[in-house]
Amino acid sequence: MNWLHFRRRDRDLDRELQSDLEMEEEEQRERGLSADEARYAARRAFGNVTLIREQTHAIWSWSWLESLMRDLRYALRTLLRVPGFSATVVLVMSLGIGATVAMFTVVHSVLMKPLPFPDQERLVRIYDADAQDPTRNHTAVSGPDFFDWRQQQHSFEQMAVAWNLSSYNLSGTAGLLPEHIDALTASWNLYGLLGVKPALGRFFDAHDDQQGANATVVLSWGLWKRRYEGDPNILGRTILLDAKPYTVIGVLPEGQDFPDATAQVWTPFLHETPTQWMQSHGAHNFQVLARLKPNVTVLQAQAEMSAIQAGIHRQFPSNWVSTAAHVVPLLESRVGKIKPALLMLFAATGCLLLIGCLNVANLLVARSAARRREAAIRTALGGGRWRLIREQIAESVLLCAAGGLLGLFLAWIAVRWLLTLHSDIPRAEGIHLDSFAIIAGIGTVLFCGMLAGLVPALTFKERQILGPLQESTRSQGAAHTGAQARRVLLSLEVSLTVVLLVGASLLLKSYQRLRSVDLGCRTDHLLTMGISLPDATYKTPVERAHFYDTLLERVRALPGIEVAALTDRLPGTGDFSDEGFFIPENPPLPAGQSLDADVSDVDPGYFQAMQIPLIKGRFFQQNERLGRSEHAIVSQSFVHKYLSHTDPIGKHINIDSSSTSHNFEIVGIVGDVHTSVASDVEPAMYFPLFRGEQNGVSLAVVTGPDPLTIALPVQKVIANMDPNLAVSDVLTMNQILGKSTLDASLEAMLVMAFAVVSLLLAAVGLYGVLSYLVTQRRGEIGIRLALGAQRTKVLESMLIDGLRPAMVGLVLGMLVSAGATRQMQSMLYGTSPFDAATFILVPIVLFAVAAAACCVPAWSASRLDPMQALRME
Amino acid sequence: MSSMTRKEQQQHANLLQGTLDMLILRTLLYGPAHGRHIGKHIQRTTNDFLQMQHGSLYPALHRLERKGWVSSKWEMAPDRNRELKYYRLTEQGRKQLLVEESKWKQMAEAVARVMWPAAEES
Repeated sequence: MNWLHFRRRDRDLDRELQSDLEMEEEEQRERGLSADEARYAARRAFGNVTLIREQTHAIWSWSWLESLMRDLRYALRTLLRVPGFSATVVLVMSLGIGATVAMFTVVHSVLMKPLPFPDQERLVRIYDADAQDPTRNHTAVSGPDFFDWRQQQHSFEQMAVAWNLSSYNLSGTAGLLPEHIDALTASWNLYGLLGVKPALGRFFDAHDDQQGANATVVLSWGLWKRRYEGDPNILGRTILLDAKPYTVIGVLPEGQDFPDATAQVWTPFLHETPTQWMQSHGAHNFQVLARLKPNVTVLQAQAEMSAIQAGIHRQFPSNWVSTAAHVVPLLESRVGKIKPALLMLFAATGCLLLIGCLNVANLLVARSAARRREAAIRTALGGGRWRLIREQIAESVLLCAAGGLLGLFLAWIAVRWLLTLHSDIPRAEGIHLDSFAIIAGIGTVLFCGMLAGLVPALTFKERQILGPLQESTRSQGAAHTGAQARRVLLSLEVSLTVVLLVGASLLLKSYQRLRSVDLGCRTDHLLTMGISLPDATYKTPVERAHFYDTLLERVRALPGIEVAALTDRLPGTGDFSDEGFFIPENPPLPAGQSLDADVSDVDPGYFQAMQIPLIKGRFFQQNERLGRSEHAIVSQSFVHKYLSHTDPIGKHINIDSSSTSHNFEIVGIVGDVHTSVASDVEPAMYFPLFRGEQNGVSLAVVTGPDPLTIALPVQKVIANMDPNLAVSDVLTMNQILGKSTLDASLEAMLVMAFAVVSLLLAAVGLYGVLSYLVTQRRGEIGIRLALGAQRTKVLESMLIDGLRPAMVGLVLGMLVSAGATRQMQSMLYGTSPFDAATFILVPIVLFAVAAAACCVPAWSASRLDPMQALRME
Repeated sequence: MSSMTRKEQQQHANLLQGTLDMLILRTLLYGPAHGRHIGKHIQRTTNDFLQMQHGSLYPALHRLERKGWVSSKWEMAPDRNRELKYYRLTEQGRKQLLVEESKWKQMAEAVARVMWPAAEES
């Protein structure tokens, strides 16, 4: 039906009603009434002609579209008349919507978007696990476990194994510089299992994936483009990895970043992995991936795998051999860790949005209360209630839409900002404002518009036509309908604010705890870098020890360097290496049992350089090297755990690996250090680096005020010793620690920002409501004052009036917080979710802010000049 | 009407709901009629028991027209010297009337069976 047609309908209806009305009039006249009387009688009989017309008109709808346009036009005009109000609301909404859409984008891209593999829901990770609590205590898989699983299972189509080689030295050839690259070694069927096809060449086949096969390598798209300039003739070429020749057989497709985005080359598993790694069921080194058969559920697979692993444990009863297996969907395994943090942030933005909505609703209620007369007049003139409600909603939708538009822009900025700060989010590359996020944004806008508009709209009461019209003349003690609705909204707002404040201060406290952790060693003025010696050029312990010796000597000779030390594992980095051992002097352990501790190799000057205190005994000595290096230093907690009854000096540590059996004599005890800021202190043992066993080390140098300036001279020293060596991760210790606490700081900062904004909004809301109440009750207060009421009494009663909703909200908020913070437990470090200080401080802050917000209007009420107030009426 | 209490009015309104369409269609079975005529007829036939509210009559007529059950045309009224909008039953409307009628009968019988079970036995 077109518009012209529509107009014709309208005219037709007018004519019909008019003619029937005239007929009625005629009939009345025929009954003997006068012309005027007849007209009135006819009108009475007909009732509200305008309403009839409206209702009949509505029958020919799609008039909804027409009336929607009219409502929106009307709303726009109304809003432009109060630009200050509109701007405030739009700003508030844009903050809420922007934050929510940004967080939704992240949550959706990270947690919900399927992985880019065919039938990705059938892909799982499998871990070795503890039967007591398989979901929590799971570890990497040992080689023999994997091979047993693959043989015995019936749940999976395919199973593949992979692990991150620490790295290769990619030698410089034909003018290319040597490079240190991360690598991954995987069984030949990994990418077939995932369903990924190579961009160039082929992947490994079973033939490549065995010991003694020709060495082959697959390049990542990035490495191929960057280093080999996308040369299609790369296939069949030989590159040197750790000085050994490998033939390039394929290139991975662009964007293929699984399972590790940093890996730049892939090598076949069996060809690369040392055989001794695959001999013990207790050596947990590998990641296992599998594809479920079409009709098998994760739970079924879980049951089968756990049963198989339990069988393995019965066969090899040792506490190193896992008692169960844990099957996790691939997506979950990638994002499970960050899930609680993301959901918490999402909930926080949701709170912020709700508070924004409530605030807007609050402002609209105030406006609608001020416009009660208009509404009443329009109702009297035949305006339907639904019409008025619709207009109210149109207004708020319009406000929210403007806010939403601005919000989407803010979200776009926020997402980019978040990504630069938080680049270690898994699947970060997939995070951008896509159509899905925009649709979600529009949905949010509509939801907010409805919510914010409906609350004030429902305060319209159809039957109350006369009330508002009469009350306008003397409004004392009336007009509380709007105020009541606003009080309820305020209470909700305050309670949400309390929840945010509590959450934010818990996170902040946890972050401070994290940053103030004493690692147990020096962290300032400390520059670190990683060096890895390729096996091919540094074949023997003698060569390695000689390299370390020379390096330390030359670095220490550099001007500006106070001390330098070498270790294979720096504290605070999260690097951790467990080793099983026993102590021959202790009573023998049951068969298959062994003790375990974190192990690192250090040079003799390490403890002094890192300021790790010597408790007893001595440090390593320069001559304790190579064959004469069977000494060990242990940490205090090691002594406490394993040797608390006797004098530990002179006792022995026996590392009984499959190949060798070594006895190390304990010569010293040192203070404890944390392997990472968030972890507890673990028993640790140190062996001399000059044994020459390790080929990957970190150099730590203590320098003047700006550690980074010394980086270049140190790198030159290394380049002079071996131009093919690459240096990695040049970082100060504070950078390392900052990196590991970045997430915590970001979370705390964001939630705190949300909390502050919502506190501000709540304060504005409180101020607004009380100011409104005061204006409403000017007359009443004037009369009271005129009759001799004390000004302090007035102040008191107004304050109580304003603070009551705040108090209700406060109590409600504390109750909700007590429930909500429990969910945050996993994100808190050294902080109880029911932290007493937080739960005392937050109410005090909130009360202070609320009181301040209420004081101004309450004070002005008590200063009222009674005569003026009464004259105003 | 003035003697009627508010409550009674309410009752009538409820009664009309849903059956008004059927009553209009049935009235038009006698031949074309204009809106006011239809309203008066229903009111008169029920001895003023059903009060025709204009507020429901016109929307109902237009609803029926929209559904295609009645058609409308401006024609000269035979007894008065003016053009009126006459509604007449379409073929579809006739069928609809049968449907509505049978539905109403079923409904009435069902209600009767609950209300006066004794009458059913005899």
